[in-house]
Amino acid sequence: MTDSKRQIAGAAAGLGLAVGGLVLGLRAHRRRQGSDRAPGYTARHVHGPLDIAGRSVTIRRPRNELYAFWRSFPNLVDVMENVERIVVKDDDGKRSVWTIKAPGGTTVDVETEVVEDTQDERIAWRSVEGSDIETQGEVSFADAPGDRGTRVTLVVAYDPPGGKAGKAIAKLFMREPQVQARHDLKRFKMLMETGEIATSASRKENTRAAEKEKAA
Amino acid sequence: MKALTWHGTKDVRVESVPDPEIVNPRDAIVEVTATAICGSDLHLYDGVIPGMKAGDVLGHEFMGVVVDTGSKSTLKKGQRVVVPFTISCGGCFHCAVQQYSACENSNPAEKQDMSATLYGHPMSGLFGYSHLTGGYSGGQAEYVRVPFSDVGPIAVPDHLEDEKVLFLSDILPTGWMAAENAQIQPDDTVAVWGCGPVGLFAIQSAIVMGAAKVIAIDHYPHRLELARELGAETIDFRSTDVREALLEMSGGIGVDAVIDAVGMEAHGFAVDNMLDIAKQTVGIGADRARVIKQALLAVRPGGRVSIPGVYGGMTDKFPLGALMEKGLQVRSGQTHVQKYTGELLDKIEDGTLDTTFLISHRLPLEQAADGYRNFKEQQDTWTKVVLKPGMEH
Repeated sequence: MTDSKRQIAGAAAGLGLAVGGLVLGLRAHRRRQGSDRAPGYTARHVHGPLDIAGRSVTIRRPRNELYAFWRSFPNLVDVMENVERIVVKDDDGKRSVWTIKAPGGTTVDVETEVVEDTQDERIAWRSVEGSDIETQGEVSFADAPGDRGTRVTLVVAYDPPGGKAGKAIAKLFMREPQVQARHDLKRFKMLMETGEIATSASRKENTRAAEKEKAA
Repeated sequence: MKALTWHGTKDVRVESVPDPEIVNPRDAIVEVTATAICGSDLHLYDGVIPGMKAGDVLGHEFMGVVVDTGSKSTLKKGQRVVVPFTISCGGCFHCAVQQYSACENSNPAEKQDMSATLYGHPMSGLFGYSHLTGGYSGGQAEYVRVPFSDVGPIAVPDHLEDEKVLFLSDILPTGWMAAENAQIQPDDTVAVWGCGPVGLFAIQSAIVMGAAKVIAIDHYPHRLELARELGAETIDFRSTDVREALLEMSGGIGVDAVIDAVGMEAHGFAVDNMLDIAKQTVGIGADRARVIKQALLAVRPGGRVSIPGVYGGMTDKFPLGALMEKGLQVRSGQTHVQKYTGELLDKIEDGTLDTTFLISHRLPLEQAADGYRNFKEQQDTWTKVVLKPGMEH
């Protein structure tokens, strides 16, 4: 991958779309040893070549509803700010092409395939072989205690483009995967719990959704 | 439409801005009939709250008539409503347990980071305030877009005029929750610092809840007079040693509950700067945090501490030992307005609570900038300003 491609890929790293040669499966990043049972992505230091972005939200809706929304990938365009379009390529909805915003008003296409799909529990995906951008991610759904709904956890692995400096730049434009994942999950929660995505715009043309449509 | 917009420190203007419209399905548009200037609006006026942008429409205490509704709004055109200053979705965990001011969904996703960094969790959306709390256009305007209109606004009966119900939007529930947070018992002696609108409503609420004695502390003669009219005993802190007086006035026991209705203007929000700014301004900071420090020392062991006053940053030399060694209980927070509006509307209607005594000035919206200046500079006599769009000059 060339440097410029790496930068585009890095800046475009939205939810579940990240860069790099993914060698380690995400599960290897869950801690299984020692006295610490915290999620691997909360570690102070990254072990291995990849950065891990992860985030949990609790959503006051049933598990099956959240799973169903997510599994129908084109729905995610409404909550993922950097994703312009998602087109499903096969009948069982396992392969899809994601069109993602990149710097300079350009876009980049990534084809992904679902590698694990357990109904109402977990969806894992990765980019298909030969893709310019390689990505791997999973979202899991677990019952929250009492009537609190569902705990949704998203984890993606990525190779920070341009090292720490590149990561800082991506962060500045809020395209850094950890920031982007956080915002996208919040919008997912809003849509599921309230039926709409909060905006402080007083007029339709000033919402971020309208600006996104205009740019597309 | 005309609206009061913020342009910088001590620079607010009434100017023309685009009319709001329905954006989301649960929205409503309210035509404002009455709106007030809040003490916390003065933080914006003084330029001490970060996250403001030139042109922001201020105002979080407002009411009016519904003129448009989204497809999922439960309001009806023509309905008279009072709108809570806290924007709450009704669907998240915090709304479900009636902690409406901790709503997880009303502050837009991309605006939650700053307060999450400061406080560990993001704040909810508020009308007419900083972009920290969403940057929603406020009610000092002819029209307002009201999100989640099926959760917040309360319909009010026609026979209750605007001035009787307007304060359901913020300061009446805020004063009431302050008294509730003080967990008042029938034989209690309660001390209230600050006789501004919230302090006065806290005094009135504490008396309604059955406090045996309420002691009000301030230095403005007119405001202390209003507190006395409500039934409080008063202390002018400029001429009296407050702690000594409170000990004596409670028979040497100490007051059972304390309410800090003063707060402190936030002194710096960027997390890197906060500690440095606090250190640099330690003289001012120490003065401004003096109320809560004094309250912690004045309250009796096992007593209760209620903090409706706004704090935003950090403070030095906090008497943490008094908190622990005396076994105090502390309750605070932005008001869960939606939890209280129904109950308080009943109490206004049956005459238990009066709100109109507070209003000192009524101005047309066009004169809002004068209202801000006078509210800031003449605090003794300008106790509360109500703005009325369409009022004759």
